[in-house]
Amino acid sequence: MNPVRMLLLGTLLQVKQQSRSPLEITISLLVPLVQATLAVYLFKAGTNPPALLLAAVGAGMMGVWSSVLFGSGAAIQNQRFQGTLEILMITPMRPAFKILPITLATGLVGLYSVVATLLWGVLLLGVPPSFAAPLWFVVAAPVCVLALGAFGLLLASTFVLLRNANAIVNPLGYPVWLLSGMLVPVTALPGWTGPIAAVLPTTWGARALRAAVTGGPVWPALALCVGEALIALVLGAIALHFVDRRARVTATLALT
Amino acid sequence: MAGELAIEAVGLRRTYRTRTGWLRPRRGSVDAVRGVDFAVARGELFGLLGPNGAGKTTTIKMLNTLLTPTGGTARVMGLDVVRDTRAVRRRIGYVFGGDRGLYERLSALDNLRYFAELYGVPAREQRARIGALLDAVDLTGREHERVEGYSRGMRQRLHIARGLLHEPDVLFLDEPSIGVDPVAARELRAMIAELSASGTTVLLTTHYMAEAEELCDRIAVIAAGRLAALGTADELKHAAAGRRVLSVEAYGVTDAHLAHLDALSGVRDATVEVSGQQQTLRIQTDAHVDVQPAVLRELAGVRLGRVETRAPTLEDAYVAIVNSTRAEAAA
Repeated sequence: MNPVRMLLLGTLLQVKQQSRSPLEITISLLVPLVQATLAVYLFKAGTNPPALLLAAVGAGMMGVWSSVLFGSGAAIQNQRFQGTLEILMITPMRPAFKILPITLATGLVGLYSVVATLLWGVLLLGVPPSFAAPLWFVVAAPVCVLALGAFGLLLASTFVLLRNANAIVNPLGYPVWLLSGMLVPVTALPGWTGPIAAVLPTTWGARALRAAVTGGPVWPALALCVGEALIALVLGAIALHFVDRRARVTATLALT
Repeated sequence: MAGELAIEAVGLRRTYRTRTGWLRPRRGSVDAVRGVDFAVARGELFGLLGPNGAGKTTTIKMLNTLLTPTGGTARVMGLDVVRDTRAVRRRIGYVFGGDRGLYERLSALDNLRYFAELYGVPAREQRARIGALLDAVDLTGREHERVEGYSRGMRQRLHIARGLLHEPDVLFLDEPSIGVDPVAARELRAMIAELSASGTTVLLTTHYMAEAEELCDRIAVIAAGRLAALGTADELKHAAAGRRVLSVEAYGVTDAHLAHLDALSGVRDATVEVSGQQQTLRIQTDAHVDVQPAVLRELAGVRLGRVETRAPTLEDAYVAIVNSTRAEAAA
């Protein structure tokens, strides 16, 4: 058994499966484009080229978070609905290896949002592509996306335990956009939001991308983003182990 | 003997907890399987029959580690299904009937590659094994198409290929032929027979008696969560020994007719099967009693088709077993 190969192939195939869903692709592309357009026009008041680019990147990051939040949060439920949860869970791999490719794929599908909002901004809204550190951006964007996918494993394993997970998914979108500084710098927010923002990998991911656009060190924020995602990954794997055992006791793997 | 057993269930039980209502939740429990004992030898093709809700799928899911039993023990290839879960999972395959359970937007090849990885099939063996399985299930040439475009028969064959990727010692087939057309069902039966001939232990649940009779070395009948009968098809037919079956095609038989027929002297059991507009009355009688005139009198005014008397089949024996178990449970 080669877990790395399994994760790579599993993630690739899950990206393929999710990318062929017209609904998911529409949500991944269309919503961030609307948000990017709004943000760019709002930021145009400042006539600051990096701010315009930040608006495009920030809207893309919002798309990534939406994809992870909705995709990973509902990962287990989605597998249950399409009847693949039982055949996935009956394989001899550890539970985390079965679900992680799905949550990583939700992050990678979110990457479409970043690409789309950047192209939209540059080609249609006339945002100058003036990256302070373009190479860092190329590295940081996929790393952030994968880190958020790993964070998704914790969402997947905890949401499945909550009876009304769907009800809390929607309200979690906007606060995390704000708290993580995807559009507005966290320094502009009240002080009490700081500790909450600090424990979210989205905050450090957004900060790393912001640094790549406007200048400044990228790697410290990127390292914190990856570090927090790894902690979430371990917690998610432990939680998933118990979810698997509990589901066998409570008979909740199948729909019937 | 234990070393020669592929599956061993001892006093297997499963109770589901139920909960209804929010403010004042009412909790209850449903006994789906109430202490089932049976053993399946290595290489045997074992059938599990029973009406809907009898506990067949629950039994299979306890044996294949998807459900934890609430009582009793189960071993697969000598491994305990609760303690040695991952080891059991490496040695079993699970295939269920119906449309679901595949990644629809992926091709058959991608589905098989994914599950080959999940089952830890060595990379160097994957290509050959997947190719051989695609050949075996007659999907070669269609493997690059998305599953969402497949017919039900093709999906079912792909399910079987998926279940065999890691060459399991034991294959659980839960109603694999449900909804499959007759030609595809025949091909499926041939495939299952071949698997059994190659040494794979197969546990099959089905509603089709002909399928069970043709394929299974031994058959267990589960009714109301209990093992009601166990033996070869010929042995099970003894449950209907000393009986004859009067079969009547009819249009317009009511429950009242059925109750009257059931009450006739010499009638052991009367059931009706509906297929479109047509009803088929199946009346089991004591072999030495001719009930045909009395039955036809009761059905006066009902449009009738063919009427015939015949020896009991496995299906008749099955109906007799299930009905007597239900009657005992109700008493």
